[in-house]
Amino acid sequence: MNLHDLTITKAKDMLIKREISSSELTKMYLEKIAVLEPKLNAFVSVTKEKAMMDAAGADKKLVTGEDTPLLGIPFSIKDNFNTKGIRTTASSKVLDTYLAPYNATVVQKLERAGIVLLGKTNMDAWAHGSSTETSDYGVTHNPWDLNSLPGGSSGGAAASVAADETLAAIGSETAGSIRLPAAWCGVVGLKPTYGRVSRYGVIAMASSTDSPGPLTKTVEDAALILEVLAGKDSKDATTSPLKPKHYTQLMKEGRKMTIGISEDYFKGVDSEITERVTEALDVLKAKGHTIKNIQLFDPQYAIDVYTILQRSEVSSNLARMDGIRFGNDRSYFAQEAHRRIMLGTFALSSGYYDAYYKKTQKVRTLIIEDFKKAFESVDVIIGPTTPVTALPIGATKDNPMFGELMDVLVEPSSIAGLPGINIPVGFSAKGLPIGMQIMGPQFAEDVILDLAYQYEQETNFRKLKPNL
Amino acid sequence: MKDDTSHMGGFLIYNMNMNKKIDVKKVAKLAELPIKEENLERLERELEQTVEHVDRLNNIDTSDVGETNTVTNLSNITRDDIIEPSLTQEEALQNAKHTHKGFFVVPVILKEAVE
Repeated sequence: MNLHDLTITKAKDMLIKREISSSELTKMYLEKIAVLEPKLNAFVSVTKEKAMMDAAGADKKLVTGEDTPLLGIPFSIKDNFNTKGIRTTASSKVLDTYLAPYNATVVQKLERAGIVLLGKTNMDAWAHGSSTETSDYGVTHNPWDLNSLPGGSSGGAAASVAADETLAAIGSETAGSIRLPAAWCGVVGLKPTYGRVSRYGVIAMASSTDSPGPLTKTVEDAALILEVLAGKDSKDATTSPLKPKHYTQLMKEGRKMTIGISEDYFKGVDSEITERVTEALDVLKAKGHTIKNIQLFDPQYAIDVYTILQRSEVSSNLARMDGIRFGNDRSYFAQEAHRRIMLGTFALSSGYYDAYYKKTQKVRTLIIEDFKKAFESVDVIIGPTTPVTALPIGATKDNPMFGELMDVLVEPSSIAGLPGINIPVGFSAKGLPIGMQIMGPQFAEDVILDLAYQYEQETNFRKLKPNL
Repeated sequence: MKDDTSHMGGFLIYNMNMNKKIDVKKVAKLAELPIKEENLERLERELEQTVEHVDRLNNIDTSDVGETNTVTNLSNITRDDIIEPSLTQEEALQNAKHTHKGFFVVPVILKEAVE
């Protein structure tokens, strides 16, 4: 069987018709992982035994005709999600031996939906970065070019999907950590509205923007996973009481939309990326959508807002890593955590709080209001996901702002808590994937999925695969 | 830990050229981060570089703007005060390096007065 053509939707169908068992499917993925991991390093831990047990359990249920939304489907989960009884490191040596005593809400929901857990994926340590290069367990290699970065922080997640080491992956985004690696690895990456998916049990990075979400091969698979994950959680007070929608159904409505385009989102962007995104817009125009030029707050300022917000929240969140109740002591933090904890501590410290943190919170208000105004005249906003295609391994060295510069186009919507999706729109001359993002108003996941799905139906990029 | 930072003043010392200096030793102490002496200079340079970058925000007038702490517009989230099963004592302690009779062992932070 060709794993590359397999999607969750197709696999579900085959499992229900019993053309394949979950155990057979899981074994194929584990074999693929064994062959590819020496080249890719997308996983921190492969949970082989648990995977085979999960699969055997799913097969039993399938035989009795029991059906849950993701029954028997192999998944990878980013290593910052607490998974009960399984090592959970967030790719930092501080948590090298930490065995999670409980499940994150996302993990609990996925398990109830029937997934098979293949393993925990590599990431920038504590999700601090956009490359996976800050992982204490080595960099992940981009499946499209092993000398290139996969992006980050959910780099292992994106690489595992692109290389068919898993059928789908769970990542988390604070500002770009799903969309950017999805763009660099040529997969679909959905960052839901802040508060749509519970953060309970996700090792906190920036609590006011952290958003768990799926990385998949198709838009439909992403919608299906969101349907499982979305909803209020009494353990996360920031989750919304709004009822989740039937995303898989609503994404097929084929709505005609007004698409907002802002010139500032194309400034300094590689010409190849601009070309591919423009072609994608032409495809959408031909489908009857309207393109409208809009003015948005210069995304450059979002870098500064995000830098202060994120560093401040990081310094506060990582204060709990004391090596007393779990993990190693603070001498195990590596360089990038040092940079971020230090800047955050400085920004929150007496005498500087007003000048930095407070100022930032005010500019954040301006960015939110700016998006609100924009969404009065457009349904969605489209732009490139990243300013450049995947950079060579080593690119982050000595650049404390690397992540922010790479994430410039996704940070504004993250700061505003808006949903966004990356979809593949082609390749560079060097054969590296290019991604386009669709951003929507709060809780309009159904709208961005609808447009993403319409585009996907017109193109074949997802059918191409890396030569590994 | 030897306190070699107490003689320092604020973190930022403005000189005539308004170049900012961050007292990294003092910040490291606040953050309880054991940073190696040889890394301090690099860290100081990087922090100052970053602060210089974010200082662009001063170009934006925010005099009439309120602060955003959360994007959810939710406030005062409460729940019924019902006890639900949570971690057992064993589970809560399973990752601790030092335990004693079902408790976490923590480092001494207070010292007895020496006569």
